[in-house]
Amino acid sequence: MKEKIKIASGQGFWGDLIDAPYDQVKKGNVDYLVMDYLAEVTMSILQKQKNKNPKLGYAKDIPELMKRILPICKEKGTKIITNGGGVNPISCAEAVLDVARNIGIDKLEIAVVLGDDIKDRIDEIINSGSELNNMDTNESIKSVKEKILSANVYFGALPIVEGLKAGADIVITGRTTDTGLTLAPMIYEFGWDKNNYDLMSAGTVAGHILECGAQSSGGNFLGDWQSIPNMAEVGFPIAEAYPNGEFIITKHANTGGRVSFETVAEQLLYEIGDPEVYITPDCVADFTSIKLEDLGNDRVKVFSIKGKKATEFYKVSCSYASGYSASASLTYSWPQALTKAKAADKILRKRLENLNLTFDEIRTEFIGYNSCHGPLSKENNEEDINEIMLRVAVRSQDYYSIERFGKEIAPLILTGPPSVTGFAGGRPKPSEVVAYWPALIPKKLVQPEVKLIEL
Amino acid sequence: MKKQLLELAHGRSGDKGDAANIGIIAYDDKEFEIIKKQLTVNRVKKHFEGICFGEVERYELPNLRALNFLLHNTLGGGGTVSLKHDAQGKTLAAALLRMEIEI
Repeated sequence: MKEKIKIASGQGFWGDLIDAPYDQVKKGNVDYLVMDYLAEVTMSILQKQKNKNPKLGYAKDIPELMKRILPICKEKGTKIITNGGGVNPISCAEAVLDVARNIGIDKLEIAVVLGDDIKDRIDEIINSGSELNNMDTNESIKSVKEKILSANVYFGALPIVEGLKAGADIVITGRTTDTGLTLAPMIYEFGWDKNNYDLMSAGTVAGHILECGAQSSGGNFLGDWQSIPNMAEVGFPIAEAYPNGEFIITKHANTGGRVSFETVAEQLLYEIGDPEVYITPDCVADFTSIKLEDLGNDRVKVFSIKGKKATEFYKVSCSYASGYSASASLTYSWPQALTKAKAADKILRKRLENLNLTFDEIRTEFIGYNSCHGPLSKENNEEDINEIMLRVAVRSQDYYSIERFGKEIAPLILTGPPSVTGFAGGRPKPSEVVAYWPALIPKKLVQPEVKLIEL
Repeated sequence: MKKQLLELAHGRSGDKGDAANIGIIAYDDKEFEIIKKQLTVNRVKKHFEGICFGEVERYELPNLRALNFLLHNTLGGGGTVSLKHDAQGKTLAAALLRMEIEI
């Protein structure tokens, strides 16, 4: 058993710094590179791509990235774990094998985790007695069944552990929890018992700290943000994990950013609910048990983590089509910038009303004034504001109404208040609204499957 | 004496469906005791009048000198349904730091 392992976060979301995973394997030695690519909206986008081309449906950045990092990872023995397989992890793995072949790698084993995609099994699951009721509204999924775009179960760390045990250099999954990507190598390397919920929780907390990339190493830091050094070359976080469940969050030497009590604490609070009940497929972690010790030099020790047994359910995330939306903006300058923007909004709304269009919602915001903090925004010196961007967004089940809204924006330039600019890029086009349907499914109704493919 | 919460604490916010979560972290133990007393559910609910239209839940994490708030019915439907410029509530932690605290 290894005395410690280093797990590096390479991506906080699909679209994060392209060079981050390369820097993580290049600028120092790590045992694992973990990359989270899947936000909720990503699954529906990937499903649409797969519908058009059955060979697509995964994070397309992966093959290009592998071309750069595979030679380094092979040389250093760094294993890669990612959920970037999206709705087509097999094709993703095949694309990676192609890349490996092209750059002269002669041996590579990839484990693919399947079974999370239940889009074509909804009827069968309903017949088994699980109506996939919406976790927020308790409504049965039957009400949106015909409009479903994607439906995936969140698996945890265990299928990845199985892949690692089979000898994989790379594990590519579909919908897996962000935290499972980091917990898995700890279970595998340290031989942790999956029923030891304190250890499962320790690895889960490490995963939560790594899952948003540089958000724990100085990015989006609301404390003394101006004092964070060299954000241009920010180092992504690394967990140095030990068999007893303790770990140290750090980053490579000579990189920018900061790892401190404050930066780690902010990430621990990100997108959590009841801190004593952080539910994953692997355990229920208690965030009130976490102890942090700032060791200085960008090292924070995390320890004393407690947790409880996992629940009998997996979380399911379904996406479904729910109408259309569009947004448009125009910029008004001093004098009376805000007054002009408000007048323009009034004119636009009157015109939309006269056209008898149907909207579920029309929302107006004044960027530079109240788009972030709404009624909390300060109102002094309103008349001195240099410029205001009027932003109007609409949503409707009716495509025509949204399309027509798009044609009512540019005319405001010649038929509304003065000193207006900023209309570029043509009429705003309606985009499809993808709504979410969070649900629970009994674990016994879905079986993860691990498939090994190799060069 | 009154101080803005910004001077006593930092934090981070994000989305959980149509709810926003706001984590607030005090800079030291003494300041944590102050914010623990003054950042009540009612005060936070009133602070976000016109933004939060649902229930406010409050949790304590003394281990991190932190409080976590869940603001329900706050993000205009949440995720991709929301028409808000800040659909994920990313700026709401800063909005809470505008609050005046009695020292």
